[in-house]
Amino acid sequence: MSTKQRRPAVAGWFTTGDAPDGPGVRLLGTRCTACGTPYFPRNDLACRNPGCGGPKDGSELEEHALSPRGRIWSYTDARYTPPPPYVAADPFRPFAIAAVELEAERMIVLGQVVPDVTTADLAVGMEVELTEGVLYEDDEAQYTVWMWRPSGRRA
Amino acid sequence: MSTDVAVLGAGMHPWGKWGRDFVEYGLVAARAALADAGLTWPEIQYVAGADTIRNGYPGFVAGATFAQALGWSGARVSSSYAACASGAQAINAARAQILAGLCDVALVVGADAAPKGFFRPVGGDRPGDPDWLRFRLLGASNPVYFALYARRRMAVHGATPDDFAAVKVKNARHGLANPYARYRKEVTAEEVAASPVVADPLRLLDICATSDGGAALVLSSMDFARSRGVASPVRIAGLATVTPTFPKTVPDLPDFATDSALAAPPPDRPFRASIAHAAYVEAGVGPEDLSLAEVYDLSTALELDWYEDIGLCEPGGAEHLLRSGATALGGRVPVNPSGGLACFGEAVPAQAIAQVCELTWQLRGRADGRQVEGARVGLAVNQGLFGHGSAVIAVR
Repeated sequence: MSTKQRRPAVAGWFTTGDAPDGPGVRLLGTRCTACGTPYFPRNDLACRNPGCGGPKDGSELEEHALSPRGRIWSYTDARYTPPPPYVAADPFRPFAIAAVELEAERMIVLGQVVPDVTTADLAVGMEVELTEGVLYEDDEAQYTVWMWRPSGRRA
Repeated sequence: MSTDVAVLGAGMHPWGKWGRDFVEYGLVAARAALADAGLTWPEIQYVAGADTIRNGYPGFVAGATFAQALGWSGARVSSSYAACASGAQAINAARAQILAGLCDVALVVGADAAPKGFFRPVGGDRPGDPDWLRFRLLGASNPVYFALYARRRMAVHGATPDDFAAVKVKNARHGLANPYARYRKEVTAEEVAASPVVADPLRLLDICATSDGGAALVLSSMDFARSRGVASPVRIAGLATVTPTFPKTVPDLPDFATDSALAAPPPDRPFRASIAHAAYVEAGVGPEDLSLAEVYDLSTALELDWYEDIGLCEPGGAEHLLRSGATALGGRVPVNPSGGLACFGEAVPAQAIAQVCELTWQLRGRADGRQVEGARVGLAVNQGLFGHGSAVIAVR
């Protein structure tokens, strides 16, 4: 068991604490209060829906925690070490990536899949849920990112 | 008013991994295109360069770089960057100048010297750049995205790895006699199946390589072509560089997520289909008129998606169309008679220009060893990062 500190690999893209409507790992984006369009990663500039009647100066956008569950739209894996700036473990361990359709948001969000799950365990249409996993580590800390895992499965 | 421009000359430097400066490839291609057109460099009034982002400042100002290499002549200049569609943007820049009457004859050049292995983002720590972030936070190289489309195709349309391999076998055969192709060797389905998986379900031989190469075109007004005694040139009749329509509901490079379709319905045509459609409308032709198509087969599976996007068949019909032989040389509408990216590998800013070189040779009846008989209408399409794509329709 590592005693290293855990830090998000990117600031403000996900939360592991309390989202507005409950605890758990959630992706943090924004949402247009005028037309309802959600965004991930967060969009603070202006709503991008050309049909939206909002002011489009950023004032219409509020923080929004996305649904923590969805269904796999497609999936794959990385069998070879991705180039920098990916920080790869040595030796490299292949990992799966899923594109997940969020029903409530009607959008698809990509994420790595937890390390013990391979593409053989995945299927298009499978329900998955969000969790947090270690993307890379150094001497000081483990750097974490959002990851998908099959629903009901323990990380 | 006719929106046609004449293709007077086409030229290429062979694709490969030559390890030399990209300017040399562009220069060789430019000279070949000028010779093909029967023109000399000082006669060119406008030079349009397609940029490479992997070769320093000269790559960002490719038009001027090639103009200097050919010898400063006072020609007007532009440089275009649009990811995989850069070459088509450069063609379009020249076309617009010609159609506006601002020049009569223009040279379009694109060339690249590509690194080995996966493409990576441009250098430095760029934590505000989605292209940097997708490598950092997802480890998502380009083949990851190609593989997502391939797996989706398998789930929705029942495609199999054997179908993907059959695309490679076809294109490898097409490219055998193409002197500009990097790979000129038959490939068997067994060889594809024996190559290592890069991104499940895609194997090494399903995915296009990165290459060095250069391509160039000489374009002119129809009046200029006639004045030079070219009565019936190959013409560019349509060229689309449309952006996507909100909401874009397919995850494209380098996206972390799609647009949401919550507040606005998805467009009638997905992005790739909308690119081809815009060119068809401009040229006044349809898929049924095509003699051949050059499509951007970044992966074997993606070629099948393109069949549907350019209207060769209904969604879900691509595997049947492939198996029927319709898209092989000798079939109803050969796709990638050049050998495609499968035989070339990708030299980003040169690729869309190379596609039009192939259309030109096919429509002239001079594509030795890979000629589509009686070719009259050709389409070239591609898609790249950040909402870029292009479609060019050439006719004779």
